[in-house]
Amino acid sequence: MPISVLVVDDSKLARIVVGKAIGALQPDWERLEAGTAADALQLLEGRPVDVVILDYNMPGRNGLELAEELRARFPTMPIALATANVQDEIIARARAAQVTFVPKPVTNEGLEGFLSAAAVQLRSGRA
Amino acid sequence: MSGPILEDLERDALTELVNIGVSRAAGGLRSMVGRQVTLSVPSLEVVSRKAATALIRERETGPLVAVRQDFHGAFNGQALLIFPEQNSLELVRSVAGPDLPANEVLELEDEALAETGNIVLNSCLATMANMLERPLTMSLPEVLRGESALLFQLDAKGGEQGVVLFLYINFAVMDRDIRGYIAMLMDLPSIDTLRGLIGEFIRKVLGDGD
Repeated sequence: MPISVLVVDDSKLARIVVGKAIGALQPDWERLEAGTAADALQLLEGRPVDVVILDYNMPGRNGLELAEELRARFPTMPIALATANVQDEIIARARAAQVTFVPKPVTNEGLEGFLSAAAVQLRSGRA
Repeated sequence: MSGPILEDLERDALTELVNIGVSRAAGGLRSMVGRQVTLSVPSLEVVSRKAATALIRERETGPLVAVRQDFHGAFNGQALLIFPEQNSLELVRSVAGPDLPANEVLELEDEALAETGNIVLNSCLATMANMLERPLTMSLPEVLRGESALLFQLDAKGGEQGVVLFLYINFAVMDRDIRGYIAMLMDLPSIDTLRGLIGEFIRKVLGDGD
């Protein structure tokens, strides 16, 4: 089964940008999308997901809140938070939840480290 | 002419640009006030100047202070950092530190507001200009006080009632009584140019280039 990655962002354009970067870096991964935290949780009810990449500033629950909930449920899941908002408090909370920062606007270079680490972790976990 | 002034994907792209811009700006404000700054999701409206003013006024009863900077380049407009006047001294105190005597806080007020506005608005606009690959020049910050109507009447020549693109974001400083808005206004010719640039930006993002 291919590795699956869920991109959660209220901006369709931002989801396309992240999707393109994933396609370039990990072309074999299955890409899934959600526009809100609620949609993401609903999707996760129905199927397993290996990796998630979350936008921070979204209507409803923000990406950090979603990350914390996901971390509680999936202790080893690779989770990234994509944001241009690099305030100390947000970084500290993200670190505490073992969430990786990806700078916005998202580029291949910005996403590469996170995806490689996730790939290595998942491969060793599945082996 | 029919159809919306901005298509869905253009609106999406512009909101995302503004979101990235204000997120960076929040980082700048955070380092000035030493407290976390929270932001709302940007709102984007195509309305008359009067309606734009009303959008702020219906949420605010008291007098407002704004720091305004005009920007010029491929597109022109005004950027404003707006907050209730009663928050103003608290903001200055947060920026200047707790040791400053009250009379000096008062003396410094406009200067500190202008400087805060300058950092927040520049960071936001510079991020947008970089992403659209078009330079923008910024005027010096100006501190405005009074009715919110005054804040948006700006350069409107001869009571022109044209529509503007009005973008605004709520911000608040944690553990401090400081909140307000970051707002941007652009008139119709600028909306057309901006729309072209957003189109380019979308094509670049969607394209298979590089």
